[in-house]
Amino acid sequence: MLNYDLVVVGGGPAGMAAALKAKENGIDSIIVLERAETLGGILEQCIHTGFGLHYFGEELSGPEYAGRFMKMLEGTDIDVKVDTMVLDVADGNVVTAVNKKDGLLKFQAKAVVLAMGCRERPRGALSIAGSRCSGIMTAGTAQKYVNIDGYMPGHEVVILGSGDIGLIMARRMTLEGAKVKMVCELMPYSGGLTRNIVQCLDDFGIPLKLSTTVIATHGKDRLEGVTIAKVDDKLQPIEGTEEYVPCDTLMLSVGLIPENELSKNSGLDLDRITNGPQVDEYRETEHAGVFACGNVLQVHDLVDYVTEESQIAGLGAAKFIKGEKVTGECVYTQGINGVRYIVPQRINRETDTDVKLYFRVGAVFNNARIIVECDGKEILSKKKVKLCPGEMEYVTLKQSVISELPADAVINVRVEA
Amino acid sequence: MENRELVCVACPLGCPITVTFDADGNVATVTGNTCKRGDAYARTEVTNPTRMITTTVRVEGGSAYVVPVKSANPIPKGMMMECMAEINKASIKAPVNIGDVVIENILGTGVDIVATNYAE
Ligand SMILES: Cc1cc2nc3c(=O)[nH]c(=O)nc-3n(C[C@H](O)[C@H](O)[C@H](O)COP(=O)(O)OP(=O)(O)OC[C@H]3O[C@@H](n4cnc5c(N)ncnc54)[C@H](O)[C@@H]3O)c2cc1C
Ligand code: SF4
Repeated sequence: MLNYDLVVVGGGPAGMAAALKAKENGIDSIIVLERAETLGGILEQCIHTGFGLHYFGEELSGPEYAGRFMKMLEGTDIDVKVDTMVLDVADGNVVTAVNKKDGLLKFQAKAVVLAMGCRERPRGALSIAGSRCSGIMTAGTAQKYVNIDGYMPGHEVVILGSGDIGLIMARRMTLEGAKVKMVCELMPYSGGLTRNIVQCLDDFGIPLKLSTTVIATHGKDRLEGVTIAKVDDKLQPIEGTEEYVPCDTLMLSVGLIPENELSKNSGLDLDRITNGPQVDEYRETEHAGVFACGNVLQVHDLVDYVTEESQIAGLGAAKFIKGEKVTGECVYTQGINGVRYIVPQRINRETDTDVKLYFRVGAVFNNARIIVECDGKEILSKKKVKLCPGEMEYVTLKQSVISELPADAVINVRVEA
Repeated sequence: MENRELVCVACPLGCPITVTFDADGNVATVTGNTCKRGDAYARTEVTNPTRMITTTVRVEGGSAYVVPVKSANPIPKGMMMECMAEINKASIKAPVNIGDVVIENILGTGVDIVATNYAE
C-alpha cells in the first residue's frame, strides 16, 4: 500500500489543474494516475484553436493548452504515473490501479479527486436501421484518426448531431479535401457553440439541417449512403420527407456522457441530469474526501471553465486534507422552469467563499432573466440577451447571502423569458 | 449600406455583433461585442475577413505520424484551401517542439505555420 495525501484519477486538464492547486495550497504528497500514454486528456486530439482565451488571454490549440499545464507539473514534485488505469476507489479512499510495469497498485489517500472526463455516446445509444458496415464512427474517433494517426477515414461525409466535435470535424474533413455534405440535427437548434457554426459550417457552405435525423444506413461492407428525414415536434420522422444521401462516412456527434463507472461502483449517486456525482461548493461528493471536477462532473464546452472548476476542487481537497474544510448544515440547489440542472447541488451554509452556480438551459431564450429564489423570495437576478442549451451559464451567490439562508433551504434557479 | 449582423468568433463566447456603415461605406459603429477583440474582429470581418488555420504536418523519422500545426496569426479567409495544399506538401523532422516554424511566410501572407505539440 502506497500512502499519498492526494490521489488524482485522470490526467486531463481537470486532473492537472486540481493537482497543481492542491500543491499550491501546501499539500505534500500528490500523485496523478492517467491511463493513456501521456497527460493532456482529450485536448491532445483537439488541434483547433480556441482554448485558453479566458485563462491565459491567448488563443491556444488543445495540445498547447495542455502543454502549459504539463510544464507547470514538471516544475513541481507531484508524482505522475501514465499508462495506469484506475480500477476502483473504495471506502476509506483506497485507490486500486494497474499498469504493465508495476502490476497491481494500491494507494491509501487522505483525499481523492475524480477527473476521468467523458466519452462520446456510441451508435448503440441511437436507433438507426441498417447493417454494421464500416464507415460509421463517432466524430471524436474520426478526430483521433485524422489528427493523431494522420489517416483520413472517408471522403464523402454526413454528420449526425451538431455538437462541437461534429462541427469541428466538418471543417477538419473539408480542409483535408473531403466533401462534407451536411450536418443533421434532431433538435430545432444546434447543440454546438455559435462560433463553431459560423467558422466550421458557414465558412465552407456546409448546410446545417435542423429537425432532421438519419433513419437508415445503406451498404454491406462499406457505407454507401444514408436516408435522412425531417422530424416533427415529438422528434418522430415525418413520412414522405425521406431523402437518400450517398456517402461513405457517417460521423456521430450526439452527445457526451461523463465517464462515471468508477464513481458508480464506489456507491456514489449520480445526478439524473448531469450523470455526474452530486457535489458541494468545493466539489466534494457525498463521500468524505472524494472530490470530482471537469467533464466527469458535468460536460463542459470550455476547457477554461474545466480549469476553473478543477482549481476549486483542488483547493477543496487541500482544505480537507488540512482539516480546514467547512462541513455541516447545507442548502440545496435546484433548476426549474427551463434550467436543467445546477452544479454544485449543495452548499455548506457556513462556507468561506462566494459560490458560482453553473447551469444549462433546456431551450433557446432571448432577452431573458435568470432568477434565483429561496422560499419565494428573490435573491438575485441577471439579464441575458441570449441563453442556449449549448452554452454553460452561471450566477454568483455571495457568501453573506448563503449564510443567511436556513438549513436545508432549497435555492431555485429559473429562467423568465 | 445595410447593417451587418455578425457572430464574433474571436473566442468561444460568440457575442452577437452589429456593424453599421456611414454614407461612404466605412464602418460607423460596432455594437454587441463584450471586449476589444470583438471590435477588431468585426472591423476585419467586414473589410478583409481572416481565419486561423489548424491542421497537421507529416513527421519524418519520429514515432509520431503527424504533428499539429497552426498559423501563428490569422490568414485571409479566401486563402485557406491554398494554404492547406501548401501545408500538405510539407513535412518536418523529429524531434519537434511547440513553436517550431514548419513553413515560413506561407504564400507571402507574412504568417508562419508553427507546430503546436511535441513529437519525438
Ligand atoms: C472534440 C472536442 C472539442 C472541444 N473543443 C473545445 C474548444 O474549442 N474550446 C474549449 O475551450 N474546449 C473545448 N473542448 C472541451 C475540453 O477539451 C474539455 O472540456 C476538457 O478536455 C475536459 O477536461 P477533463 O480533464 O475533464 O477530461 P479529459 O480531457 O477527457 O481527461 C480525462 C482523463 O482521464 C483519464 N481517465 C479516465 N478514466 C480513467 C481511469 N479509470 N484511470 C486513469 N485515467 C483515466 C482519461 O484517459 C483522460 O486523459 C472540446 C472537447 C472535445 C471533446
Ligand atoms: S466580443 Fe470579446 S468576449 Fe465576445 S466573442 Fe468576441 S472576443 Fe469573445
